[in-house]
Amino acid sequence: MRAMGILMSGTMTTPGRAKIAARHLRTDKWWVQPLITVAVLVSFIIYSTWRAFENAHYFVEPYVSPFYSPCLATSCVEGSSDLGQPFGSWWTFSPSLIILLFPLGFRMTCYYYRKAYYRAFWQSPPACAVAEPHKTYTGETRQPLILQNAHRWFFYAGLIFNVILTYDAILAFKNSEGEWGHMQVGTLVLLANATFLWLYSLSCHTCRHTVGGRLKHFSKHPVRYKLWTKISELNHHHPKFAWISLIGVALADFYVRSVSTGFITDLQIF
Amino acid sequence: MTRTAKFRVWRGDASDGALKDYNIEVNEGEVVLDVIHRLQATQTPDLAVRWNCKAGKCGSCSAEINGRPRLMCMTRMNTFTDEETITVTPLRAFPVIRDLVTNVSFNYKKALEIPAFAGPAHLKPGEYRMEQIDVERSQEFRKCIECFLCQDTCHVIRDHEENKEAFAGPRFFIRLAELDMHPLDTLDRKRAAQEDHGLGMCNITKCCTEVCPEHIKITDNAIIPMKERVVDVKYDPVRWLGSKIRRREGL
Amino acid sequence: MTEIERHSFDVVVIGAGGAGLRAAVEARAAGLRTAIICKSLFGKAHTVMAEGGIAAAMGNVNSKDNWQVHFRDTMRGGKFLNNFRMAELHAKEAPDRVWELETWGALFDRTKEGKISQRNFGGHEYPRLAHVGDRTGLELIRTMQQAIVSLQQKDAVEFGDAEARIKVFAETTITEIIKDGDRAAGAFGYIRETGNLILFEAPAIVIAAGGIGKSFKVTSNSWEGTGDGHALALKAGGKLVDMEFVQFHPTGMVWPPSVRGILVTESVRGDGGVLRNSEGRRFMFDYIPEVFKEKYAQSEEEGDRWYADPDNNRRPPELLPRDEVARAINSEVKAGRGSPHGGVFLDVSTRLAPDVIKKKLPSMWHQFKELADVDITTQAMEVGPTCHYVMGGILVDPDTGAASGVPGLFAAGESAGGMHGSNRLGGNSLSDLLVFGRRAGAGAVAYFQSLSGNTPKVSDASITKASDHALAPLRNPGGENPYTIQADLQQVTNDLVGIIRTKSELEESLSKLKGFRARLANITCPGGSAFNSGWHLALDLENMLLVSDCIAHAALIREESRGGHTREDFPKMSAEWRKFNLVSHFTNGEVAVEKLALPEMRDELLNLFDIEELGKYMTPEELTRHSKGANA
Repeated sequence: MRAMGILMSGTMTTPGRAKIAARHLRTDKWWVQPLITVAVLVSFIIYSTWRAFENAHYFVEPYVSPFYSPCLATSCVEGSSDLGQPFGSWWTFSPSLIILLFPLGFRMTCYYYRKAYYRAFWQSPPACAVAEPHKTYTGETRQPLILQNAHRWFFYAGLIFNVILTYDAILAFKNSEGEWGHMQVGTLVLLANATFLWLYSLSCHTCRHTVGGRLKHFSKHPVRYKLWTKISELNHHHPKFAWISLIGVALADFYVRSVSTGFITDLQIF
Repeated sequence: MTRTAKFRVWRGDASDGALKDYNIEVNEGEVVLDVIHRLQATQTPDLAVRWNCKAGKCGSCSAEINGRPRLMCMTRMNTFTDEETITVTPLRAFPVIRDLVTNVSFNYKKALEIPAFAGPAHLKPGEYRMEQIDVERSQEFRKCIECFLCQDTCHVIRDHEENKEAFAGPRFFIRLAELDMHPLDTLDRKRAAQEDHGLGMCNITKCCTEVCPEHIKITDNAIIPMKERVVDVKYDPVRWLGSKIRRREGL
Repeated sequence: MTEIERHSFDVVVIGAGGAGLRAAVEARAAGLRTAIICKSLFGKAHTVMAEGGIAAAMGNVNSKDNWQVHFRDTMRGGKFLNNFRMAELHAKEAPDRVWELETWGALFDRTKEGKISQRNFGGHEYPRLAHVGDRTGLELIRTMQQAIVSLQQKDAVEFGDAEARIKVFAETTITEIIKDGDRAAGAFGYIRETGNLILFEAPAIVIAAGGIGKSFKVTSNSWEGTGDGHALALKAGGKLVDMEFVQFHPTGMVWPPSVRGILVTESVRGDGGVLRNSEGRRFMFDYIPEVFKEKYAQSEEEGDRWYADPDNNRRPPELLPRDEVARAINSEVKAGRGSPHGGVFLDVSTRLAPDVIKKKLPSMWHQFKELADVDITTQAMEVGPTCHYVMGGILVDPDTGAASGVPGLFAAGESAGGMHGSNRLGGNSLSDLLVFGRRAGAGAVAYFQSLSGNTPKVSDASITKASDHALAPLRNPGGENPYTIQADLQQVTNDLVGIIRTKSELEESLSKLKGFRARLANITCPGGSAFNSGWHLALDLENMLLVSDCIAHAALIREESRGGHTREDFPKMSAEWRKFNLVSHFTNGEVAVEKLALPEMRDELLNLFDIEELGKYMTPEELTRHSKGANA
């Protein structure tokens, strides 16, 4: 999957195959799905990149934006660091950049996103039975794509982030004065964000494999089998959770930013 | 209720061919294969078409209908509008023999490359004991009717003939998964899947699952689990170390 | 002149369904060089369509089951016209054949103890059918296919050539058995892909070419079921037995028209599906024949209880043998109580929950959803009889499968006759394939070894004759279209030789069938010989016609009703007629049928039955052989 060559692909030119010049004969709107994927992912990348570099408006008591949590450098605004500031003062870039690699890596190596971006961005293939515009193809057999096999490590890291963001959602049961036992709209936003991130992580194929998929005999591990059954059900909805949690995390960040800049007022529920 | 439908059918052989237009009678309740048969019986007696059971069980009548790999016997005519022109071509990933018939011997060659089931030597026929929950995963893959639509749609070989040497294709990834998940199979299929059968070339774009007439979840239930199992033995240092320290048998 | 490809093998197996592949495994196991000839692609044979299961008395679900019970059920189902020895071998060996499939990788559904699960089926006293959901035939064909592949893998290691001992010739059709004197010497045919002619020289030939359903208009059979095996043997001097017995499966789809005839598995009834007419009545209770009265529930309540408690209740009449159910449906439709499209209603939705239906009958759910747009978890299916299976077939020696009259020719599976008598029980077909496929393979091996080099030769004259014959439709200018002839032939058999037969109609059919011979001689197939479907059909038509002729002849002679042969003018079963099989042969271009005495059951087998039961089938003189017969 390297060189983007001229339109020259096996479907149309391989000797012996039916000579059909068309790249495809589909009559449906096969290009809609990849187009939506591109639109959503590009929007997210633009927004998240801007926000990661903005290095501001990511904390407003009691909320910390998921793009900046945990905030690990000395430059973090006061109150935003759940886990201290081990990176100290030598880190001069946005503290978001320290942690962004992990959720990014988790999503980049995710089996569902791989399908989505291989199709939409790399057009390999753009849709089923639509010829791809590449001369050669080696799939995930060599660098860098062989690194997709590291998905499970990102999954483990992602779990740690889920714990931290859940902790952030619990902290959101404070009010803007730091007093416990309150709930605002922001609390719900962070709760929803954490919930969908958990659903996304737990429904993932690696999770399914780890809890039970790797077993040869389910009957010898009844508990893991039960878990595997549940995770398998969730796994059907993995693509859905992937999109909801992606948009959710951006919305959660946007909410925190909006409250922080005073763009909106965080409504108190109790 | 009878109407006339517009069909474009690819006619030709390995040397040359073209899409030809036909107007054919269609009755209520028919499928594409019925219409092709009527074409054969009334207008083109030598039209080459491969079919057997007409019930979606044998996987013979694979073709591409409006550009999508499908079984002709499982494509109902009422899924098209009356005005639509229905294009039928042979599978485009395999060499054509004539008209709608392709040479699918690639698949039989690949079948030969996958080592057969190897049961435990100490068990005699009749002594096999397996739990239902332990056979269910493999049973899903044994639903395969070998229509080879997944092989046809897979861009790894559809768009890259040169990959046919190294790549077994989705049909045989489910075969490998079936054997690896078989409670009594004694061979290790994981390394072989990656090293001999080209599992790593799959980029899980799921077209195989999309076209499977048996609705086998090829990607989610076979290919991805196999990729994870490959990671266990090849790309996961922790698991690798663990397996060196204590051999975990009978998982 | 078209070039002729020549091959030489020790054993040639014609047919790559369950029986053919099992025969090939046996021949290869003996070290013989074996060719498998496959009319379709490898793995597509009609075996794949079998749904319900493989009958084998393993006793996994009910430990009371054993071969004797299976034997009794088989004989009862066949109305005691079965070749007893075949029924005996079948009942005894079926479990081993099923277990060996497991060692080749088959994955049957399991019992709680981890054994092979077995299900109830029409005519079987205990749950006996090993199954995988409702796609057992697929499991069998794939397992056998993979067993062949595994042998080829071994040969690749041993000889450096995967095809050293077993070679599969896919999409190749045999048009003639070539003989040297009396003995089989080879098989001649064509390759679909190229249209090239091909000759196999082999002293031992196993015919396992399946059934004849395509001779009928409404059939569950695929395009291959054109009676090739039957016709090949007949033309080579073999004999066909019991050809009047054609099984109409009671439940084929009747709507939409394109899938008319496609099977609705009997397991729908085994798992709780009930048959109702347009008035909502479970009409099967009105059709329990006298001979089965004690074995079946007399009320809906009892029938309903049986599913949960089979030991203390009798089974519902929906599970009567196939011929009974088919006739009952036929009568209901004729009486004007049918469904909108000319069938009756089969409903599983009233008894089972939707998810249970999808789990137990996945491919049925699939089939109705996708082909008919009917959701069987909420709606009733419309079903009616469809030509499913021919009990009749090549007359063979039960133990070796050797075809009567032609040394070197063997037969197994649906191509062979005798095993099922006048009516086959569901589930007995797959086991038949394996038991007698293996035996025919072994028979061919023994025959080959007995030749010790004295092999028959194929003469050039016979090759020229076979080749001229095969190419005739391509050379003939301006004749008739084969598709029209096929449709007309099917109409004749459908109207005149169908489920219910009468003397006058059968006579009419015979004269009409004669008329087809001239039409066949005048067929034209435009186009070349490469993958020319019209040409293939033209050659198949000859077989269909020959088989139809045998069926009509035998049906006219047998003046009684039994199993898959119902004469309106002779509605009763006759104990006198039970003593005979009808055997067809082909001499001087004409089909002739003669009576042949049915082999008598050995005493210890006879004594497995109650004398009261035998009394319903046999003459008083025959009963004196029973241990209780002396006092009777």
